[in-house]
Amino acid sequence: MVREETEFVNWEAVIGLEVHIELSTKSKMFCGCSTDYFTAKPNTHTCPVCLGLPGAMPKANKLAIKYTQLIGLALNCKTRTGSKFDRKNYFYPDLAKGFQISQYDLPFSENGHMFITTNGRTKKIGITRAHLEEDTGKLIHTKLNGTRLTLVDFNRSGVPLIEIVTEPDISSSLEAKTYARNLQQVVRYLKVSDADMEKGSMRIEPNVSLRKVTKGQESMVKELPPYKVELKNINSFKFAEKAIEYEIKRQRKILESGKMPKQETRGWNETKQETVSQRSKEEAHDYRYFPEPDLPPFAFEEKYFKSISEEIPELPDEKRKRFTKDYSLAENDARTLTEGVELAKFFEEAAGAYKKDPKIVANWITGEVLRRLNEENKTISDSPLLPASLAELLFLIDKGEITKANGKEILANMIKTGDDPRATVIKLKVTGISDIKLEEIVIQTISRNPKAIEDYKKGKEASLMFLIGQVQRITKGQAKPEKVREFVLRKLSEAD
Amino acid sequence: MSKVKIDINHVSKLANLNLTKEEKEKFEKQLSSVLTYISQLNEIETEGVEPIGHITGMVNVLREDEPRPSLSQEDSLLNASKKQNGFFQVDSIFEE
Amino acid sequence: MKKLKGLTIKEASKLLEAKEISAKELVADYISRAKKLNKNLNSFLTFAENEAIDQAERIDKLRRDNQKLSPLAGIPFAAKDIFSTKGIKTTAGSKVLESYIPVYDATVVGKLFEAGACIVGKTNQDAWAHGSSGENSDFRPTKNPYDTSRVPGGSSSGSAVATAADQVIFATGTDTGGSIRLPAAFCNVVGLKPTYGRVSRYGIIAMASSLDSIGHFTKTVFDNALVLNTTAGLDEMDATTSPLKIDNYTDEIRKSPSGLKVGLPKEYFEGLNKEIKQNITKALNVLERQGVIIENVSLPHTKYGVATYYIIQPSEVSSNLARYDGIRFGYDRDNFGAEAKRRIILGTYTLSSGYYDAYYLKAMKIRRLIRQDFIKAFKKVDVIITPTSASLPFKFEEKTDDPLTMYLSDIYTTNINLAGIPSLNVPCGFIDNLPTGMQIIGPDFSEKLLYRVGHSYEQESRWFERRPNL
Repeated sequence: MVREETEFVNWEAVIGLEVHIELSTKSKMFCGCSTDYFTAKPNTHTCPVCLGLPGAMPKANKLAIKYTQLIGLALNCKTRTGSKFDRKNYFYPDLAKGFQISQYDLPFSENGHMFITTNGRTKKIGITRAHLEEDTGKLIHTKLNGTRLTLVDFNRSGVPLIEIVTEPDISSSLEAKTYARNLQQVVRYLKVSDADMEKGSMRIEPNVSLRKVTKGQESMVKELPPYKVELKNINSFKFAEKAIEYEIKRQRKILESGKMPKQETRGWNETKQETVSQRSKEEAHDYRYFPEPDLPPFAFEEKYFKSISEEIPELPDEKRKRFTKDYSLAENDARTLTEGVELAKFFEEAAGAYKKDPKIVANWITGEVLRRLNEENKTISDSPLLPASLAELLFLIDKGEITKANGKEILANMIKTGDDPRATVIKLKVTGISDIKLEEIVIQTISRNPKAIEDYKKGKEASLMFLIGQVQRITKGQAKPEKVREFVLRKLSEAD
Repeated sequence: MSKVKIDINHVSKLANLNLTKEEKEKFEKQLSSVLTYISQLNEIETEGVEPIGHITGMVNVLREDEPRPSLSQEDSLLNASKKQNGFFQVDSIFEE
Repeated sequence: MKKLKGLTIKEASKLLEAKEISAKELVADYISRAKKLNKNLNSFLTFAENEAIDQAERIDKLRRDNQKLSPLAGIPFAAKDIFSTKGIKTTAGSKVLESYIPVYDATVVGKLFEAGACIVGKTNQDAWAHGSSGENSDFRPTKNPYDTSRVPGGSSSGSAVATAADQVIFATGTDTGGSIRLPAAFCNVVGLKPTYGRVSRYGIIAMASSLDSIGHFTKTVFDNALVLNTTAGLDEMDATTSPLKIDNYTDEIRKSPSGLKVGLPKEYFEGLNKEIKQNITKALNVLERQGVIIENVSLPHTKYGVATYYIIQPSEVSSNLARYDGIRFGYDRDNFGAEAKRRIILGTYTLSSGYYDAYYLKAMKIRRLIRQDFIKAFKKVDVIITPTSASLPFKFEEKTDDPLTMYLSDIYTTNINLAGIPSLNVPCGFIDNLPTGMQIIGPDFSEKLLYRVGHSYEQESRWFERRPNL
């Protein structure tokens, strides 16, 4: 390692993220073809427009534009009153028209930010722009009689796609993952996309480079490195994290040997656990942008933005803060409960029905409910469990009608069936013990153990414990210990 | 008027055209005279002139998000030079 | 059988309505003539005999059932081969699309079919509409029916010729820089370039999207208005069509032009060929006698038109022709002809990194200045009249060696496309037995006014009666 500078401190990762998200409109961006292509037969969701047939012309989907603006507003962006579409010209077999309709200098939204928290530290990530474009077709690389060939399906061609680009403000794989997760949460809260990494409706392309940090300059504004490596083919948050980590190590090694990493595109290879250089026949990049002549431009009024911003629901950050404040929840529980808007809603309804202590409700949901759901790879919306039923279950436990242990078993069944807790208690024959029955047992126990009562009256505390133990033995542990103690003490005082 | 020359190798690559040597020479010469003719536009002062944008002056021409029937797979592939199980077929785009 | 040659839409429609002839008879007569003359003129690339006859039979049946029909019902027409026709080969005059069969109809084609018009075939053209002479057809050059050693003008060559030679009664065309008006002038027919956005472009193979205007050829001005009545209007598939209500274009066509102000832009008359100037002057005298007031106007940016046009148009061409990769339709890019390749190269260059501002952006600024010239002039006058072409129909291969000379053939027409306004070519007499034309230019959506002026002149001059000797 070259050590000509004594003040050398470390290598710092400089990461920017480009995220593509398919919007969940019913029809494509510029034609009426259905966007519901995921399991469809190839080239059945296609028409002259998205196949780029000679003479076909685009017409912009109003809702897709609104979704883009909503995302922009949710990411604290400035939404443009004047905007337009441009043509991005390049050749690739999945690009029907030989150009992609995208946005160049006037994106619908720009200059926003998002806060992320990692290891207890909060950081602001700048968002450069959020623009709307159309997705490309899909290529399948295969072999036929020994010859390599590529097949093209244009069902995805023309699906509305938003591209969200950050500033190079991210400095670790964890930060990148956190940002991407937050972003996914936001678009899901907005209900503008399912943002599913595995299905490809959310795609992350990090660009990674390293710069040298020298002593005394740690917190100064630093220059960007003279190269960057773009990472592609990442279809889970985990892969994104691993690819970035691998890339940081790889580049560091090159830099430490005194060389400069190559500016290139690399893909994540999960089997090899490494990034690999991607070379395809794609031409040099000169996209020759110009305004799309087939689509007149857009002019929006501020009052339009005001009216659509009213449609933005409470976003994850605000909701989390409110949960910690209003329900006195721990930060971690609040975070878990606000991960999805459905779960948050479930919690609030259950807490509202239970009233007594929201923390107990939170514990049950973050613990038992999620554990059971995860076991079956389900989310709260997949389960018929009602918030009111959970609240009722907690009441039954409080009243001692069932024990906590039984409560868990009952809950597991309720998550599957959606039945109410009382019905489930009967169904599963896990009776708890009623107050009357407990009183009966206590009276019986006291009358059968006169010796112990005498000892107790003489001040022998151990006798009390003996009596409680006897009651517990008869109830087979189904009564709450505090309750047994309370009942025994009351009966003893009555016996005076 | 000054002579303007096109880097024909670079531009034909960008344009995805395979030109013969003869074509390259011919086009380079012909287009140079066209570009020289075009360079008379430099006479016009356009400082402060807004580019025209869209000639119709229309804005916000949009469609509602309503799905419509697509073409059949057969029609989509009708004019394809090569097809395979409902897909368009092209030569492998990845180099070995 | 009755001699059906030389009919206008108006005349044919009257005969059909009176049941003096059947649509089938009419269409069959035109098809046989079209086929016969095509050997000499090359105006058609594809015939659609079955489609035309089927449609004629359908119309005859509707007529027997006393259905109310459009004046275009049963009328034989041709479409430029750049209009998508479902099930009928559409080549745009290029080898790339030599065997391309569209799966959908262009909006305009659909409207004409719905009105009952019968498609005789698809007409020859400069490939991709690139050209002013018809010589850029990848198949064969179309010939001028008035002198077959000369070009018919382009790019909508076949449509102009088919109309002039009585192969059809009307034909569709596209005009990006003069491609309707120039061949109309060279072939003694009426040709309209409507206001940009008045007629849908959907399904018509794009040349330069911000300039392409969809029009048609007829023998008379009245016929021209009849066709526009069917083709004009908002199309939900074309976001650039105007929502403005369409006029009834035949209405008021007979109204005297008396009192209208006609502007003569001095830039179009400087250095003009003496004989052409004489012809225009005679035409203007006719109009003056009919009561129009002639005034001089100036369109100061006129001389920059072709240069501006040859930035914007190839730029858009380079992008519009990018889809022809031989995967989904057509043959690969090696099949482009020389002119298409030239324009793709030119446009790719003018849009490429580092040149965009100097070319495309600059051109879009000058385009505004050119449009402003017209807007200013139309504050003074109602319409503007200029020659359509600075030259007479020229000999084959006279200009093919030098693209720039060919490009300059459009010197009187490109600016109107840049401005987006309508212009109507009306025949205005012959020089050495070769046709000439004048264009009547108006402000946005003034087609009705152009027809009124054109009709008035035509009814007195009656040049349309001078048919080619074939």
